[in-house]
Amino acid sequence: MNMIMESTSPNQPVPLNMEGLDTPPLTLSQLAWRRFRRHRMAIFGAIVLTLLIIYALAGSLVYPESYANHTDTSLRLLAPSMEHPFGTDSVGRDILARTIYGGQISLLIGITAVIIETLAGILIGALAGYYGGWIDSLLMRITEAMLNIPEIFLLIVMAKFFGGNIPEIEFIGRTFSGSVIVIVVIIGLTSWMYLARIVRAQFLSLKENEFVLAAHATGTSNAQIIFLHILPNSIAPIVVSATLGVANAILAEAYISFLGLGVQPPTATWGNMLDGANNYLESAPWLWFFPGLLILLTVLSINFLGDGMRDALDPRSRAV
Amino acid sequence: MGRYIVMRFLQGIPLLLFISVILFTLMMNVGDPVATMGGRRAVRQTEYQRLRRQLGLDKPVYMQYLYWLVGNDWTQVDRDGDGIAETAGTRRGVLRGDFGVSLLNGKPVLEVIGERLPNTLMLMVASEVIIILGALLVGIYSALRQYSVIDNLLTGIMFIGYSMPIFFVALFSMYIFAVLFKRWGLPYLPTVGMFDPQVGKTTAQILWHMVLPVLSISLISFAAYSRYIRSTMLEVMGQDYIRTARAKGLPRREVVFIHALKNASLPIVTVVGLDLPLLLGGAVVTERIFAWPGMGRLFLDHVDRADMPVVMGILLLIAVAVILFQIITDIVYAWLDPRIRYDK
Repeated sequence: MNMIMESTSPNQPVPLNMEGLDTPPLTLSQLAWRRFRRHRMAIFGAIVLTLLIIYALAGSLVYPESYANHTDTSLRLLAPSMEHPFGTDSVGRDILARTIYGGQISLLIGITAVIIETLAGILIGALAGYYGGWIDSLLMRITEAMLNIPEIFLLIVMAKFFGGNIPEIEFIGRTFSGSVIVIVVIIGLTSWMYLARIVRAQFLSLKENEFVLAAHATGTSNAQIIFLHILPNSIAPIVVSATLGVANAILAEAYISFLGLGVQPPTATWGNMLDGANNYLESAPWLWFFPGLLILLTVLSINFLGDGMRDALDPRSRAV
Repeated sequence: MGRYIVMRFLQGIPLLLFISVILFTLMMNVGDPVATMGGRRAVRQTEYQRLRRQLGLDKPVYMQYLYWLVGNDWTQVDRDGDGIAETAGTRRGVLRGDFGVSLLNGKPVLEVIGERLPNTLMLMVASEVIIILGALLVGIYSALRQYSVIDNLLTGIMFIGYSMPIFFVALFSMYIFAVLFKRWGLPYLPTVGMFDPQVGKTTAQILWHMVLPVLSISLISFAAYSRYIRSTMLEVMGQDYIRTARAKGLPRREVVFIHALKNASLPIVTVVGLDLPLLLGGAVVTERIFAWPGMGRLFLDHVDRADMPVVMGILLLIAVAVILFQIITDIVYAWLDPRIRYDK
């Protein structure tokens, strides 16, 4: 639509005659998809990520969870072999099976933490940008204060704060360590700041537009203007930021679990499989190699994907 | 400009107060310092209560915060722990430069931090220098030869480095340069600590032990920096004044390093300025892996035992550094770019 409007006189909108065109004009999502497809790295990232998800999900059909958590000290620290392709850990658990179940938890944490992060970021950024004034000042001071402490320190303090004895939880017939929820919440609560700033900037510029004025004039409520009129127009940077946020959340989980403050065993994550692995640096490198490699691959492919999406969704980019 | 700087400093004060309130409240619930106190383990309930009173932990949170912030020399404290406040307090509070004493070993907080600070700075300054120099080199090269084979290769490597968890780089480099090199009979690098206790704390030893941690830290941040330099250089190289400089026949080196780099360095200054203070505590994980006795490990050790004064000291120090560097960055930015004027 835009492309045709631009080519004609802006004063007299010409009625569109779709039949007269050789090809129908591309919608914005079609344009984005075309640009995304060109981005070879992003396609590569999407494929690897799909494979990793299949690995984590389909793998649980091969190995039962009880096998992943089964300890047998007579099998401790076995090198990779036919029976245990990735070797066994310091209490004799099969590492391949643990990377499968650990992957499910790591990916789950990445996605759910980003949902919290995105909700918090949108809410705070939207309120600050839309209302301005003292609400804006207050919310932005909180954002600034949170940004002044490096994330890893906040994560550690919060992990200690919410840690302690958390009961195990039952979910879809499986038992998880309650620390999974704690980690999701604290990662979400310590990472929303950049998104809030992005959303605020979007709202600041969008709220001056005529369509917002028109909505006000027709008596639309503030909530409707925020969520139905302005928010859909700022969705592109939010989607990109959320995609990259998944990678950061997976990394954050890995760091905090590596320090022994994250998800508690027996529930495996890629991060807590690495906890203590540096004690076996020389004798059992497979302890840290496989989970580390899986984290790297996941984060890398998400970053590629996010990079491609940023290029594809950039409204200033008009390359087809 | 002067007014602007004063304004920024004044704005920093409520921000710091706000941060300290949040952190103090969080710290109140991270664990029981009395229960984890080494040596002076309180066995009986009465003794436990006495210790808590002696440390002032029986007071409500806001009173503890007040004592921490402005000191308690204006009131009576319970020195012997019998429940009656009889001795005049001696703490002068953070506002007067007294960060209190560690609950673990009774040493003043600033002394505890001061012992570790140089170790962290050593590691971090070395890494930052390597990061900036390396990133400039790679970033400029990539920008000048955009989409060449080497540029694509470097871009790929940078993406991997950017996505790499630091412990993976650290463990990987430890395995190659320490374990495998030792196995192959090559000179191998040490993996833990700052120096070999049998040799002593000599400069050569410390440098030798710094190689692997510095390598790991550099590899991670290097990636992000060089991507950034590449994109700003690309942007600048497309400007009209660069074309003019080329058209009038200036040597390529002069165009790149004087005309282009000077302008491309503006955004880089911001990134470096905002990243520098984070270095103070930025390597919690690295210091843990390499058993480097720096601030990050100090933080981990003391947060584990809920040693509130030391943990608060470290976090506040970092927050102050962040604010200070933001102001410095703004000033440097204005100095580099004459178009920017903060005074209205």
